[in-house]
Amino acid sequence: MRAHLISLSALTLLLAACGSQPPAPEQNPAGVESRTPGPVRVATPPVVTKVQPADKFDPGSIAALKDPRSPLSKRSIHFDYDSYVVKDEFQALLTAHGKFLAANPKMKMLIQGNADERGSREYNLALGQKRANAVKKALALLGAKEEQVEAVSLGEEKPACTESTEECWAKNRRGDMLYSGEF
Amino acid sequence: MKFPRFVLACTAGLTLCAAAAHAQLTVEITGAGANRLPVAIADFAGERIVAQALASVVRADLDRSGLFRLVEAGGALADTATPPFEDLKTRGADAVAGGSVTTSADGRYETRMRLFDVPKQAALGNPTYLHTGTQLRATGHRIADFIYEKLTGEPGVFSTRIAYVVKSTGRFELKIADADGSNDQAALASREPIISPAWSPDGGKLAYVSFEAKKPVVYVHDLASGRRHVAANFKGSNSAPAWSPDGKQLAVVLTKDGSSQLYVVNADGSGVTRIATSSGIDTEPRWSPDGQFIYFTSDRGGSPQIYRITASGGNAERITFEGSYNVTPRLSPDGKSLAFIARNGGRFQLALMDLATKQTQILTDSAKDESPSFAPNGRMILYATEIGGRGVLAAVSSDGRVKQKLSVQAADVREPAWGPLVR
Repeated sequence: MRAHLISLSALTLLLAACGSQPPAPEQNPAGVESRTPGPVRVATPPVVTKVQPADKFDPGSIAALKDPRSPLSKRSIHFDYDSYVVKDEFQALLTAHGKFLAANPKMKMLIQGNADERGSREYNLALGQKRANAVKKALALLGAKEEQVEAVSLGEEKPACTESTEECWAKNRRGDMLYSGEF
Repeated sequence: MKFPRFVLACTAGLTLCAAAAHAQLTVEITGAGANRLPVAIADFAGERIVAQALASVVRADLDRSGLFRLVEAGGALADTATPPFEDLKTRGADAVAGGSVTTSADGRYETRMRLFDVPKQAALGNPTYLHTGTQLRATGHRIADFIYEKLTGEPGVFSTRIAYVVKSTGRFELKIADADGSNDQAALASREPIISPAWSPDGGKLAYVSFEAKKPVVYVHDLASGRRHVAANFKGSNSAPAWSPDGKQLAVVLTKDGSSQLYVVNADGSGVTRIATSSGIDTEPRWSPDGQFIYFTSDRGGSPQIYRITASGGNAERITFEGSYNVTPRLSPDGKSLAFIARNGGRFQLALMDLATKQTQILTDSAKDESPSFAPNGRMILYATEIGGRGVLAAVSSDGRVKQKLSVQAADVREPAWGPLVR
């Protein structure tokens, strides 16, 4: 079998042409391509190791997002089975992120909700969305603006753990918070 | 070399397109019908290699359907001679087919086929096919379709195509293959997941959900050109595309207004309308073949169950009542039955409901069934399941008797969608 391959540059043009048709007004006009302009983006969050902890720790600074001493460097909220309620143990973490978003109104956040693998992929996508929505709602109560935060779901498609065990499923029932530049 | 029917789309952010590892779906028959019709497919006359290849495609198709039992024909069937009916009767054949392949002046092939009812000693048809060498398998499928339709009264689906997603390490491919798993080609390759492919009613396009933008976005992909466009990319998640029977609209699930809810957009991405409202989850919409209803999964009653609304909106009517998890509704092509996934004691199994009587039958004994998809003649249901920790496709007849397994070596296969009939 031999498939004809279109070069990447030709395809970029082609996709640009595709994007020129009028989408619905609310739709992201440039489509997905605007989110990933460069050649290859890897799904993993930015590497933390290169960040040198500043001598003076400023909990409200952007550097704090990647500073392991800051709660802002922690980005995952875990949920119980069949539950979409943010547990008490994550309240302090959410408070730190909510206050940070309120203090940095230009910062944007993508919340990716996830579900364990059991059952329908599309239904699990909806369950992941419920988790992302719960995180978004909690952040809004802490001062994050509607336009700053987008709640989306990855359903069961991006598991943090791939074994079919209760321990693994628990790791996959989570919401991840990504800031501008990380998605 | 096969004719490149699909253009591989390498989008920004997607890699490895060139390294198309060839991993073909292999079909294994794991169960057959109770009363299989004995049929003899004689060797075709003509250039030996070509004629043999053709006859083997026809035989494999008929055998795989589980409805036929192949018996020896005992020699080729000459184009004009009367078949040896008495001999065929002794061999137990109820029908016999055979023919010839000749090369025409322009280098193409002309294949003639004749089909006979053996007990009645009556001719059932004699189609002729003009084709190139690369269309040899396709011609075999068309011959098998002809035989199938004449002998069962239902259209054959050997010439149809299936779409599915192959996941190998760090790579997802949306593939299109012939219904027998051969001739597979990638329509899209990505580092990020691809789910929920859905064929347009004319078979020319696939709608699907891709996560390449770090969130689910619905695309419509034209298979002939490889071009695609965004059909739904609203704030939040965009998923579960389903084509309207006229191919003009897509039912989709959007979260732009909060939780997962049902909307309809035009296939070009314009004009979005909400079609149902619930306080919880509504997802997995599917139009009934007559366009009258949209079936969907909803947790509005406390657990995920299947409901339907009229396509113009209105009150939801609950369809499934047994058990606490019934999802992924798929209507049969005649609209009379509903395939779905039911959870029974922790096992997710393919179920089939007769919509008139509400009688439900579990069709499988597996535990992780997903994403059922009817063959366009309604005879088989293709679905994803797991065997030995690996994702495979399986097919089961709507009476539960005929069973097939379709797998790819060293990769997970999932999200099957059986394409429409090609006329």
